[in-house]
Amino acid sequence: MLELKGLQKSFRSNGTVREVLRDINLNVMDGEFVSIIGPSGSGKTTLFQLIGGLQQIDAGEIWLDGVNISGQKGHIAYMPQQASLLPWYSVKQNIALALQISHVPKSTALKQAEQWLQQVGLAEYANEYPHKLSGGMSQRVSFLRALLSPQKLMLLDEPFGALDALTRLHMQRWLLSIWEQHRRSVLLVTHSIEEALLLSDRIIVFAANPATVIDEIKVPFARPREGELWSDSTFNELKQRIYEQLDA
Amino acid sequence: MENKRALWRSLLPPVIMLAVIFTVWELIVRFELVYSWLIPSPLGVLKEMAIGWERLLEHWLATMQLTVLGFLGGAVCGILLGMVLHFVPLVRQAMYPVLILSQNIPVIVIAPILTMLLGFGLLPKVLLIILVCFFPICIAMLGGLAQVDQGLRNYMGMIGSSRWQQFVHLELPSSLGSLFSGLKIAASYSVLSAVVAEWLSPKVGLGGYMILSSRGYMPERVFAAVLLIVLTSLLLFWLVSLVERLLVRWRPRKEAR
Repeated sequence: MLELKGLQKSFRSNGTVREVLRDINLNVMDGEFVSIIGPSGSGKTTLFQLIGGLQQIDAGEIWLDGVNISGQKGHIAYMPQQASLLPWYSVKQNIALALQISHVPKSTALKQAEQWLQQVGLAEYANEYPHKLSGGMSQRVSFLRALLSPQKLMLLDEPFGALDALTRLHMQRWLLSIWEQHRRSVLLVTHSIEEALLLSDRIIVFAANPATVIDEIKVPFARPREGELWSDSTFNELKQRIYEQLDA
Repeated sequence: MENKRALWRSLLPPVIMLAVIFTVWELIVRFELVYSWLIPSPLGVLKEMAIGWERLLEHWLATMQLTVLGFLGGAVCGILLGMVLHFVPLVRQAMYPVLILSQNIPVIVIAPILTMLLGFGLLPKVLLIILVCFFPICIAMLGGLAQVDQGLRNYMGMIGSSRWQQFVHLELPSSLGSLFSGLKIAASYSVLSAVVAEWLSPKVGLGGYMILSSRGYMPERVFAAVLLIVLTSLLLFWLVSLVERLLVRWRPRKEAR
């Protein structure tokens, strides 16, 4: 469904040219969960901005469902690292706003937001302002907002990067359980090898400066997955393999 | 309970200070250390207010009407101009220095010109207040619109919101804090410029009353008018804060003060 064909991107500053992405080819199937893992500053955020249409592509094409969407906005649902809930709207309104911007009528959007908050046990927060929520709660709302958006592809940009280890673990399992019930195509960027292994069907390993694809790993674990993967020997082998690639 | 006690503790020092100042002032006048036709005693001012409250009220209402008209006019102009400058960078670049230059022309100079152009009616006075008010409001609005959280902007862009949607859902709400700072400054400016405007044609209003009383060597009346002006200024400031609290409800209480 999503296909990136030979993406290139450089930035110019003070007369020097910095190449950020070099010949990125990757795809995400319908209902597939793909993770990109790479060292810090390997241009993953830039890649997302290209897919989201916020930056212009130097060379290459982005295709979604057989349509060339290079440089176009509004084709993806997005969950950023910081929850990015608008502080002046209630939790419910925040979710509804994302849907409205994707051309869902307001009343439908609000109704859907309410239903889903109920379903995932956040109903009591529906009318609260975001500053009342903890970091984990905010990220749940942020995920829900992306999940409910009508676009078929979700981009998750280090969604749990700012959370403490324990909250992060809870959030990963929570996301996994919801996603396994409501499959969508997902492209996730993360720094955490465990997170990528736990969540994804496929992992794409990036090298930095400029970002290039150096490995692609099919994650063999069956779904629905449990948290006990940690002790699995394949899990640790794959972890070792990715770690060595990132370290090199 | 705790809060009330804290409030009293914070109020007590300034209240004592004011009481001391007024007592010393009263004593200075009583012992005739200054001419009483130059500086009145505080008690004399209060007595004057009690006797002439009907006349004062009439003048106060006139000033209040002028102030509110000018302030609202200034707010509308400032906010609209701020938005226009925000949307059209070229106009912003061209206008910004002109705006700042225009602020350095003293009100005292503009006031008689406006009167000569537009006569002695309400219009030139209101215009004067608008001219004084719109600047802080416009600058505050412009600053507020520009200072948007980059994470939120990135998010709104990624999900494909249009320029207008970004303005309505992101920039406008983020600008409110800054806008209200500008409105509060403009609120106190507006009272003072209303008084200046009334000096021009001293028929009604506290400004005119002040001038005439001063010329007639009636310092009690002058100071009574001054006291009312100060109170009016505080009142407007409080009203603007109230509107802000009603409008900006999403912030935690501590910040929302």
